[in-house]
Amino acid sequence: MTKQHANWSPYDINGGTVVAIAGADYCVIAADTRMSTGYSILTRDYSKIIQLADKSVMASSGFQADVRALQKVLEARHLIYQHQHNKQMSCPAMAQLLSNTLYFKRFFPYYAFNVLGGLDSEGKGCVFTYDAVGSYERVGYSSQGSGSTLITPYLDNQLKSPSPLLLPAKDAVTPLSESEAIDLVKTCFVSATERDIYTGDKLEIVILNASGKRRDYMELRKD
Amino acid sequence: MFRNQYDTDVTTWSPAGRLFQVEYAMEAVKQGSAAIGLRSKTHVVLACVNKSTSELSSHQKKIFKVDDHIGVAIAGLTADGRVLSRYLRNECINYSYTYESPLPIGRLVVQLADKAQVCTQRSWKRPYGVGLLVGGLDESGAHLYYNCPSGNYFEYEAFAIGSRSQAAKTYLERKFETFKDSSRDNLIKDALFALRETLQGEKLTSSVCTIAVVGVGEAFQILNQETVQGLINEFEIVGEEPPPADEAAPPEQGSGAESGSSAAEQGAAPMDI
Repeated sequence: MTKQHANWSPYDINGGTVVAIAGADYCVIAADTRMSTGYSILTRDYSKIIQLADKSVMASSGFQADVRALQKVLEARHLIYQHQHNKQMSCPAMAQLLSNTLYFKRFFPYYAFNVLGGLDSEGKGCVFTYDAVGSYERVGYSSQGSGSTLITPYLDNQLKSPSPLLLPAKDAVTPLSESEAIDLVKTCFVSATERDIYTGDKLEIVILNASGKRRDYMELRKD
Repeated sequence: MFRNQYDTDVTTWSPAGRLFQVEYAMEAVKQGSAAIGLRSKTHVVLACVNKSTSELSSHQKKIFKVDDHIGVAIAGLTADGRVLSRYLRNECINYSYTYESPLPIGRLVVQLADKAQVCTQRSWKRPYGVGLLVGGLDESGAHLYYNCPSGNYFEYEAFAIGSRSQAAKTYLERKFETFKDSSRDNLIKDALFALRETLQGEKLTSSVCTIAVVGVGEAFQILNQETVQGLINEFEIVGEEPPPADEAAPPEQGSGAESGSSAAEQGAAPMDI
């Protein structure tokens, strides 16, 4: 007798790609704005990026209902933190909180593939990358989502420090300037849009630096 | 007359139909240091006196942010106040999480009152020994409420609780009709004047008081010491006529003025009682 299986799934895949790059004193977080299901487009104008704290911005691809639920939990937890500590959460603290929150649902996971970007307590850019159950690591750059397989090799080529292509790579914050990093991100998405059907429509870029937060948009192919 | 026969626990009525334990809890509020609230159509100002037990210790925190649009000032057992503030914060966070919109203050005070009432009807509990002035916004504008240990709550244009609050209430009763259309800054000034009444001649400086404001388009915030001292200096000077076109004079006038003693100067400060 074969095991009975459910005739429905609690999950859906809404596609999309997210990228983040850490600089010496800035961080760039970007995501496309297309939301899909199956081979259809649900909307061309949905933001996958949310600012959780002064210096923490999260971008998530995967199942957007779970993404939204995860965002709400983190927002509420941040309010509690502010009441208790009388200050905003630092990006590394938020990173740990996100990891714990994801692992809390280890046996019914948030179908969310996250990238957390921001500025650490020294003002340097930081990027944390996650899997669906909370395993995370601080890196200099990262990509998640349907286009990540197309973008990550390109970022490795552009950003991974030359000699450590051989050794365990120390992909620390990039020496690129803010505008160079933004151009790099735009290039990534234009390329990914060409070959990934789930990535396109519009690119939303958030830049965090000492002066605050900035948001930029760029049109992408709509096919 | 029969107080001590019927005051042992909160679940005993007196023959006159009173719950003495609840009344004793209200007494605890009267013993705490003063807290004042006033509101206009668009803003609420909360002010309180910060008396510390000794020069060596820090002040007790008596004003708490509950959410961007709500804050409370407490008088009485500050520990009870802290715990209730945590409850209020939690309720606001949960409501925001569920409805993605701010909890209307009118709903919050009812929940708080119901929580306080529970403690007046359980033999294993005691009433909260703290009065709360809850100031905040909902869709119809700014509101100020007072929540008692008894579980009652009332909406006010302006109110004062704690020790020597009667002096502040007298001032507020005189001026409350002007509050509705008052500007934010005038409302703060009135709060400072009311606060000064409770100090009974002691000098009002930013180190003995805390002021907080919330309003339409302005998230709840506790004003920092320098801002408060600046406002105090400003209204002390108001009592004196500034010298003709002389920019340098005001700082000297500010240091010369003592609280409430400017009756001798021309253009007398209207606050002297």
